Amino acid sequence: MSEALALVPKAEAKQSMKDFKSDQEVRWCPGCGDYAVLAAVQSFMPELGLAKENIVFVSGIGCSSRFPYYMNTYGMHSIHGRAPAIATGLATSRRDLSVWVVTGDGDALSIGGNHLIHALRRNVNLKILLFNNRIYGLTKGQYSPTSEIGKITKSTPMGSLDAPFNPLSLALGAEASFVARSIDSDRKHLQSVLRAAADHQGTALVEIYQNCNIFNDGAFDVLKDKDSAQEAVIRLEHGQPIRFGAPAEDGLGRMGVVRDPASGDLRVVDVTVEGTDSVLVHDAAASSPTTAFALTRLADPDTLHHTPIGVLRDVKRAVYDTDMAEQLEQAVVQQGKGDLGKLLAGGDTWTVAG
Amino acid sequence: MTSQVSTSAGDPPAVGDVLGEQRRPEKQTRRLDRVIIRFAGDSGDGMQLTGDRFTSETASFGNDLSTLPNFPAEIRAPAGTLPGVSSFQLHFADHDILTPGDAPDVLVAMNPAALKANIGDLPRGAEIIVNTDEFGKRALERVGYAANPLEDGSLESYSVHPVPLTTLTLEALKDSGLARRDAERAKNMFALGLLSWMYHRPTESTESFLRKKFAKKPDIAEANVTAYRAGWNFGETTEDFAVSYEVAPAASAFPPGTYRNISGNLALAYGLVAASKQAELPLFLGSYPITPASDVLHELSRHKNFGVRTFQAEDEIAAIGAALGAAFGGSLAVTTTSGPGVALKSETIGLAVSLELPLLIVDIQRGGPSTGLPTKTEQADLLQAMYGRNGEAPVPIVAPATPGDCFTAALEAARIALTYRTPVFLLSDGYLANGSEPWRIPEEGELPDLRVDFATAPNHTNADGTRVFWPYQRDPQTLARPWAVPGTPGLEHRIGGIEKQDGTGNISYDPANHDFMVRTRQAKIDGIQVPNVAVDDPGLADGTGRARTLVIGWGSTYGPITAAVRRIRREGGQVAQAHLRHLNPLPANLGQVLGEYERVIVPEMNLGQLAHLLRAKYLVDAHSYTQVTGLPFKAEQLAAAIAQAAEPVGTDGRSGNATKAEGNADV
Repeated sequence: MSEALALVPKAEAKQSMKDFKSDQEVRWCPGCGDYAVLAAVQSFMPELGLAKENIVFVSGIGCSSRFPYYMNTYGMHSIHGRAPAIATGLATSRRDLSVWVVTGDGDALSIGGNHLIHALRRNVNLKILLFNNRIYGLTKGQYSPTSEIGKITKSTPMGSLDAPFNPLSLALGAEASFVARSIDSDRKHLQSVLRAAADHQGTALVEIYQNCNIFNDGAFDVLKDKDSAQEAVIRLEHGQPIRFGAPAEDGLGRMGVVRDPASGDLRVVDVTVEGTDSVLVHDAAASSPTTAFALTRLADPDTLHHTPIGVLRDVKRAVYDTDMAEQLEQAVVQQGKGDLGKLLAGGDTWTVAG
Repeated sequence: MTSQVSTSAGDPPAVGDVLGEQRRPEKQTRRLDRVIIRFAGDSGDGMQLTGDRFTSETASFGNDLSTLPNFPAEIRAPAGTLPGVSSFQLHFADHDILTPGDAPDVLVAMNPAALKANIGDLPRGAEIIVNTDEFGKRALERVGYAANPLEDGSLESYSVHPVPLTTLTLEALKDSGLARRDAERAKNMFALGLLSWMYHRPTESTESFLRKKFAKKPDIAEANVTAYRAGWNFGETTEDFAVSYEVAPAASAFPPGTYRNISGNLALAYGLVAASKQAELPLFLGSYPITPASDVLHELSRHKNFGVRTFQAEDEIAAIGAALGAAFGGSLAVTTTSGPGVALKSETIGLAVSLELPLLIVDIQRGGPSTGLPTKTEQADLLQAMYGRNGEAPVPIVAPATPGDCFTAALEAARIALTYRTPVFLLSDGYLANGSEPWRIPEEGELPDLRVDFATAPNHTNADGTRVFWPYQRDPQTLARPWAVPGTPGLEHRIGGIEKQDGTGNISYDPANHDFMVRTRQAKIDGIQVPNVAVDDPGLADGTGRARTLVIGWGSTYGPITAAVRRIRREGGQVAQAHLRHLNPLPANLGQVLGEYERVIVPEMNLGQLAHLLRAKYLVDAHSYTQVTGLPFKAEQLAAAIAQAAEPVGTDGRSGNATKAEGNADV
């Protein structure tokens, strides 16, 4: 068991996916990517072996935010954008809980952008699953802060003028200690990322590309179609050279990511032409976020070509709730355990006799 | 000053010996029953500290007292300007008093701006101590004095003491080795020393305070102590100050007990710590800095050894969000703010209403709307607290009456939140927050038992006989729902802001269920048990019969209203008084009480918000008397307005404007 979950009580008996299904009927649109994520999470949870009464899912508002209703754990469906703040209070005051936030691109990056970046910089022990479908679903199809420029939606009949956020670039800029990305339909990969997030001490941000088959269908097809994915997706693995595409002679991808010596930026090269010597080896634990940031910039925002998935960054740094608990303990050492009578009396008192 | 008793010249000052200056000219000591002093200077002159110290000396001497700090929102407004004037008024007496006083008997003016800004509040004959060093041509011009008021005769009707405070301070510190600039800064302590001599204040606590405050800069500490002593000695020796005054301790004003001086924000913070202890729940404060509430955050941050977690959030919304998250986890959760912050928190308060979790929302009200008057007082958030949310979202409201009462009110707000599983508003204001008074320290045995029972087991049997947990299965008495905190096996449940099915808490869009849930949430708040409102109507006791007029207020107007009522009664008027601590729900007997009086007068520091509620709920013709100056009511003015409004029906009893009152309120 990882250090991150050391304070969370363990399940007494072996758990199965069924233990994490609530009795509520799931009400997402048929074919929604959320079903796949729910199944992936429910089937992953038993692996953690935690007492399920010590697991809490907190969400905001949006399609994805209905998620807690379907988990047979403790849960709160709160208000738009505020889940990271609510979860911060919960995780900070109850270190025996495993706290998960479920949010979407509108919830986390638009109305709740402030809470997201501050949760990341504080590094509270909570795991944020950001379902990114690049559209507003629950309000029926307006563009979101991750929609591409020029997107035609109900609120942008002539095309969206907003430049989108790259959620992972944003997270790294906000000092996130754990940043990862996965795809709704790739359960195996998604669960590997969830595992790494659960093991991480502090705030983990997992962006999950999720298909909205009603308002933005096929947004991530290029990453899912077997043929196109080979060229479009860069699968990052810690300690491995960053290679993708059709296999080269050595069995690894024909394409590689190298650092341009002139600009310091990253670029994609054909290793059969340029050789493999300069291909970067992925280091998620690198103390500087510079290379992770550069990786997040490789994807073409329009075509999604060269989209990295996997754990981009996973580093250790001070965890807010751990440090707060330590301050409380230190205060008792320094000042003694709180004595209310002494506190109320303060320094200067006088007595009126009866 | 209402009574002066001359005693034989040369009575030794109570603590003069401590100070060691021995050449003593013939001095008179007069006895007073009460004094109002106002210290005024630049916002960088240390007037608040000076006032605080004089207050501490006065409190430990055993006088009753009430204070009114008044300062600009700017940290350091341009020096020597009218907007930069900061003042601290202190009223102390040998008897029970209720307000910081209407008009100062003594003004300490550190510069021309301080004189100009405050002279209008002074009655004829008041004493003015001015720092003549600051009355240069440019300083006078900056505040629009064409001629020096110390020389042009315009202050003839006052008793002016011109004192070169800066020069005397520099002289006293000439051997200190301090740079002129640093030495000059001790002039407020010189003034404090002088006033401490004039009023026979004990000096030891200020000296030890200064040594502690500047422990890391012993030369500064010594300089301040030296200036303080020099000020005392100056009073003792100079012929300009021929008289000193004694105000005896207010022994009979206080019930037996141990007392301290306390400000409203400090009392409120202590009340929260006490509530946490009495509830046996850890305290969690989510807060974002805002005037005048930040001191509660500062204070609670110092008490981590009580298990108090303070979280300074990224914004007001996150502050209450984190508190709500902590409440879900089983903490006694609090958020502290002022009016603008409440506006931002509204949606989360609505969520707390829907989730039915205990949560304290402390609103230290200030002048509004918008940024308004951040450092001034007002009580104009009542209707915001009452109604400022979408949907039907009732929230109980508790309001303290005095600085010390903030302690008790915090415990009461916690009782309601914990018993009924609801967010609760605690409406303090800037006047209570920064004002102070002597406070009897309660014994721990006097504090209420606030322990709660968390849900531990299923509470419902399904048709098939299985035992399940229903998060919205209510207590039949209180209508409170169970508080099942994460970590409790078998009670896993989901709650949210979407309408819930009665009992199960599952999402429900059923029309009849929504109607039922809205009414049930309202019924829960309406059914909160609060004490009946007490009416002070001396005629009922002494046989002269019920008064025709009832004056009713809420919150921090308690002091001025009570003082005004006393004043009316002393002049032979008959008026009953009631004061509301619970604004939602209102006390069960209130309708009956209101019905027993021909006239109901409601003084408020807003445009009639309580009057509006009373009129709507009880169909009573409540007369509103209002003031929104950012300052508390003055007792004399209020007495005149109440007397006018209480005139027999048929004359125009309504009084919207205060009559400008001169003179000195004896309350």
